[in-house]
Parts: sequence; structure tokens; C-alpha cells
Amino acid sequence: MNDKAQVAEEESSGFYTKHKKVYPREVHGLFATLRVLGVFTLLGMYYVVPWLYWNGHQAVLFDLPARRFYIFGLTFWPQDFFYLAVLLIIAALSLFYFTALAGRLWCGYACPQTVWTEVFLWIERKIEGDRNKQIKLDKSPLTKTKFYRKGLKHFIWIAFSLWTGFTFVGYFTPILELGQSLVQFALGPWEWFWIIFYSFATYGNSGWMREQVCIYMCPYARFQSAMFDKDTLIISYDDKRGEPRGARKKSIDPAEKGLGACVDCTLCKQVCPTGIDIRDGLQYQCIGCAACIDVCNEVMDKMGYERNLIKYTTQNAIDGNKSSILRPRIIIYSVILIAITVALIYSMATRIPLELDIIRDRNALYRTTSTGMIENIYTLKIANMDTVVHRYKIDMTSDFNAKLIMRSEEIIVEPGQSATYSARVEADPANVKKISQDIHFTLVASDDESLKVEETGVFIGSGL
Amino acid sequence: MSSNWSLYIIIITVVNVLAIFWIIRWTTKKRPGEVTQGDVTGHKWDDDLQEYNNPLPRWWLWLFYITIVFTAIYLALYPGLGNIAGKFGWSQSTQYEAEMAQAREKYGPIFAGYAKQPIEDLAKDAKAMASGQRLFLNYCATCHGSDAGGAIGFPNLTDNNWLYGGEPAQIKTSILDGRNGVMPPMGAGLPPEKLDAITAYVLSLSGREADPAKVEAGKPLYTELTCVGCHGPDGKGNSTAGFPNLTDDVWLYGGSPGQIKETLTKGRFGKMPAHREFLGEEKAHLLTAYVYSLSNK
Repeated sequence: MNDKAQVAEEESSGFYTKHKKVYPREVHGLFATLRVLGVFTLLGMYYVVPWLYWNGHQAVLFDLPARRFYIFGLTFWPQDFFYLAVLLIIAALSLFYFTALAGRLWCGYACPQTVWTEVFLWIERKIEGDRNKQIKLDKSPLTKTKFYRKGLKHFIWIAFSLWTGFTFVGYFTPILELGQSLVQFALGPWEWFWIIFYSFATYGNSGWMREQVCIYMCPYARFQSAMFDKDTLIISYDDKRGEPRGARKKSIDPAEKGLGACVDCTLCKQVCPTGIDIRDGLQYQCIGCAACIDVCNEVMDKMGYERNLIKYTTQNAIDGNKSSILRPRIIIYSVILIAITVALIYSMATRIPLELDIIRDRNALYRTTSTGMIENIYTLKIANMDTVVHRYKIDMTSDFNAKLIMRSEEIIVEPGQSATYSARVEADPANVKKISQDIHFTLVASDDESLKVEETGVFIGSGL
Repeated sequence: MSSNWSLYIIIITVVNVLAIFWIIRWTTKKRPGEVTQGDVTGHKWDDDLQEYNNPLPRWWLWLFYITIVFTAIYLALYPGLGNIAGKFGWSQSTQYEAEMAQAREKYGPIFAGYAKQPIEDLAKDAKAMASGQRLFLNYCATCHGSDAGGAIGFPNLTDNNWLYGGEPAQIKTSILDGRNGVMPPMGAGLPPEKLDAITAYVLSLSGREADPAKVEAGKPLYTELTCVGCHGPDGKGNSTAGFPNLTDDVWLYGGSPGQIKETLTKGRFGKMPAHREFLGEEKAHLLTAYVYSLSNK
């Protein structure tokens, strides 16, 4: 496209702009090391966990058709979704807490978008070379080498993405069976769909979209400003010290020339994964990755200047005010976060893997027996959420001397199963003073007294 | 849907799609006087909050066009344009049929396997009975109760007391073809003292407490009102033809004097619906075994 056409194109669509590719330069330093650590920890967990086994089953498996969710020694049922809700609340509160504390820590070190993009960038650098070589390669006409390099890059990206998609589905379908079906080309349509979909999303987001996901698509980027305050750690350029910026020889004294500490090398712009200039101040595009801090410190070291021209600081510190990390917002978030986490752990530790549901028959209000007694019929659903078979005893107490009669003497429920039993509760109408009253069932495992649940049912009588 | 409505919906849908296409084109074009990229538009909300013309990336625009293409493909394949069924011919009922066929394919062989076994054996198979119980809770428990103990008007299936016979074949007939039990209102219009007398007599047949004088007075009435025709001279009825035994103190419609009087004066009309069409032979076979197991441990 020639320049004239380019201009005409931009004129014609004022609301839309052609995407300019960002080529982030490789960076080393404290924060880059932390991010690599994050990548290895998080992706390591992601790719390794589905291959772990625990007591003969896949350690982490979300079996959707059977509605069983295995996480190491714990088996969750749909009725445990409450825990997921609490977990999500903890996740949201952690996000608020860490954002208030140090800005976009999540974005810079832990977000899947950042973490996978980091891997894709590494592959790209290995094949196409550093930033300058990448730019040159993109500008050059299509040669055999270019075709080969680009082709190899996309091939490796796609292979890595497919492995990612396969791993993802491996959390929902036992990964060994999934592997076998894949080799035999015998996957179900949904397994195909999700492997391909997740792979495509990985390839597209980490290979092509990159910073555009953060800038245009991510809602967190847009509402984070509501969680910042003047004591939140942000990445900031010290313009009092840096300005006026300018190139200079290492040997000269900048003060003599009237220059600040910034040598205007533009490396901070080159390493930025979202392509911004941190020297323009805090911007919504900044994902807080601290790559500019690392690279600027390197330059400062080389120049023999003091480090931290770009650094983690707070708005109050920049303005010369007193800045405090421990402020009410942080303390309140911490207290709530700790309280909910402790409550969740306590609740999971004391969770009883047994459930009793009492469903009263509604075909008749009550039944009168030939001996003149009043009967109510109940369906008892007993779910053994434990991993071993149990034998249970059931008891019923009431204020009106009712009697529980069950056809089967024994209640045995296989692990991970629920069983249905019907029960009759019989009472002498002389004792039934109310139309409706509560009766109390107690279900306890004969072999383990700690497996005990109590449930209340309703008994309906004539109330005469 | 009438063809008028169908046409109306087709027009609205197509016009909408075209209008969306037009509105995207229209908003994309730059008009004179509009600020260039990166400049403030001039909109100001307060002292320092103002709007910039920060353009979206071009691919975002393509997402809009892709949704329009998706619409066209969707409408070609699936119903959406009025009465036009779409290439796939999908509908809720075809989906339902497909899922039912899938279920039949999956579970059919299980029921077919059970159907080959004699009911007496099946009744002792714990796994078959667990499945039978589920069928019972779905199809039978609404009337007979989840413990199969029945209720007023709905027989108890656990007491080995049968109106139409308790042999496997008889139970199966009851399930497949249903039963109609009619007690005509033979005592309608009887004077109260005669009604008391016949009630006392019926109670006495089961050995229940009753005024001996009334029992004595009721005895001839039993023949006079032609009760004997169905329930027999000894009141034992017929346990395979649907005529209740009056001597066993089992009362389908209640055994209190009031309830017996109601049976006599108003009659009773019991109906067990037929399940042949609804359940099919194979499921009925398994249910028969379950019901049989309730009184034949």
C-alpha cells in the first residue's frame, strides 16, 4: 500500500485504526525473573496437574456428566457448589486487595494472557531473533527464509496451543483415555470442539491479539482505576529527576549541560508489551509488568547513575506527601480475606460427606391404617459422598411418640452413589395434636460415628 | 404460524440485518468537522473529564461484519425466518425425538435383557429391583405412594391382598391394560336405619365391633341389595375379578362406618390406567417384578 492510499484509508475510517504490531524487546532483571518464575509455576501446574493420580483416580478431574468434582482427596458434588462461590469471592477479594496494594500485579505476573504471551514471545525470539531482527524480517519481502521462519514459528505456536487445548479438556475427561481416543481419532464432538476452541483461543490471544486483549477487551483494565488510591504502588517515571531528557556521552556531567537523568534511549518504550511510553505518566494500557523498571535500571547502571528512575512508587510519594502502605482499605481487605479463607478451610475440613434428603409423599395428606393409626410416607435419599462404602442407621424422634417403620433393615450405600429408601412414620391420632409438626431424623454411619447428619421432616395429621 | 405472520417476521428480520449493516457503514465514515485520532472531541462532562477520539482497532469492525455473516448462515441452516425451516430442519420436536432415540438405544438393551428373565427371578435381582424402584417412583408412586402402601382409593401393593390377582401375569395385565373397579351405589335412597344395619353387617364380616341387633337386621339386606352377587354369600368376594373381600378388614375406600356408608350410597369408581402404550412391554415387565417383589420376599 502506498502512502497516499494509507492516508485515504485512515481518513475514511476515523473510528477505526489499523493495528500497529508491538515488538517487545527482551528484558532481564528482578521483575523479569519474578515473571518467569510466575510462568513456570502457573503453567507448570496447568500442564502437570492432570497427569497426577490420587487413590486410583485422576487427582484433579471435573467429571461433568457424572457431576463429580475430584480435587485430590476431596470429592465434590453439585450440592457443594457453595464452596466454589466462596472460592470466587476469595478470588475477587484477593484481586481487590492486591490491586489496592500494588496495582496490576495480577496483569503483570499471573494473568493467563500475560503468562502464555510470555511463552509465545520466547518462541518467537528463538526463531525470528530479537526485536530488531523481527522488525526487519516483517519489513522484508517474502523470501524462502522468511517463509520458513514464519512457518516454523506458527507451527510451533499451533502445536503448543493444541497441547494446551488437550490439557484443558484433560481436566474434564480423564486425560489418559483422552490421549488414547485422540490417537485413535475417536474423540466425541464436544471434546474435539473444546480442544480446538481452547487451542484457537490460546494461539489467537497469545500469538496475534496480545496487548489488544488487555487494552480493548479486558474489563479489569477499565475498572482498576476505581480500586487505586494515592497510596497504591504504581510504576512511575520520576520526571523531576529525569527531565529534561536527552542523549549524552557517559563522560559528561548532566548537571553541567542542564540535563536530567533520562538519557532518552527509548528502551523503556521498546520493552513495553503494550507499546506505551511510561514517561507520559500512568496510563490505562500499563499492565504493571515492570519491564521498563528492569531495563532502565540496566541503563542507569551502565551510565553510573542512581537506579530507580522508573520505579514502583505511589502517587503520594511522587507528590512529596506522606505515603502509607498500611491504610484502612488494606487492613479491612486483609481482615475480610483472612476471615473468609479461614472459614472456608474450616468448613471444608469439617465437611461431612453424607447427605440426607427427606421428601414427604404428597399423594395423600396422611393414611389411616386398619388399626386406626395415622401414617405419613417419606422417601429418604441418602447420598454417600465418601470414597468408601458405608452402612447407616437411621433414627427418628418426635414430640408425639411417632414410630419409624422401614421395609429394609439395612441401609448400605456404595461410595459416590445415592440410594432411595421409603419410610413410614406411624402415630396414634390421640397423640397428634397439630395438623403439621416437625419430626427429626438422624442418619449415622454404623462404622463411623462422625458421619452423622440430622434432618427435619414434617408430619401431617388430622390435628383433632 | 399463518403465512402473513411468517412474511411479517421474514421482512422484519431481513430489514433489521440490512439496517445493522447500514448503520455500521454509516458510523464508520468520517464526517466533516470530526476531530482526528487522539484529539479531544469537545464533549466535556465536568472540569477535567473529557472524551478523546481513541479509535478501535480495525479488526473490531470485522467482528461486526462477522456477526452479520453468522446471521445469514444461521438463518440458512436453522429456523428463524418465519416459517422457513432452514437447511438442517431442526425443531424442538426433532431434537426431542433424537434424544429419545438416543436414550432408547442406550437403555433399551438393559430393559430387553430384563424382559427375557422370569418375573420370579427378576424380583430377586437387587440391581434390577433398584431400577424397578426408580420406575415405580416415576410412574406409580403418585397414586400408590412411594412405599407402595397405597392411600384411600389406591390399593396397597405390599400386603399380598389382591383385587385382580397377585400372580406375575395378573399384575402385568393390571399394569399394561389397566383395571376398572365399579361399586354401584346400591345403598342409595335407603332409609337411615337400614343403612346403619347393612353397615353394621359389613363391619361384622371383618370381625369388627358392631351392634348385634343391627347386624341381625342387616343380614337379610345383604342379599336384598344384591351385594351377594359380587361379594359372594360369605362376603369373600373374588380376589381375581376385582370384587373386594369384605372379611379381611382391608378397606380400599376406608373402613370407618361413615366411609362404608359413603361407599354404599354413592358407589365407588376405581380406575387403574393402562400403561401399554406409555411404558411398553419391557418396562412393564420390570415394574411387574418390582411390584411382585413387594409382597413375595
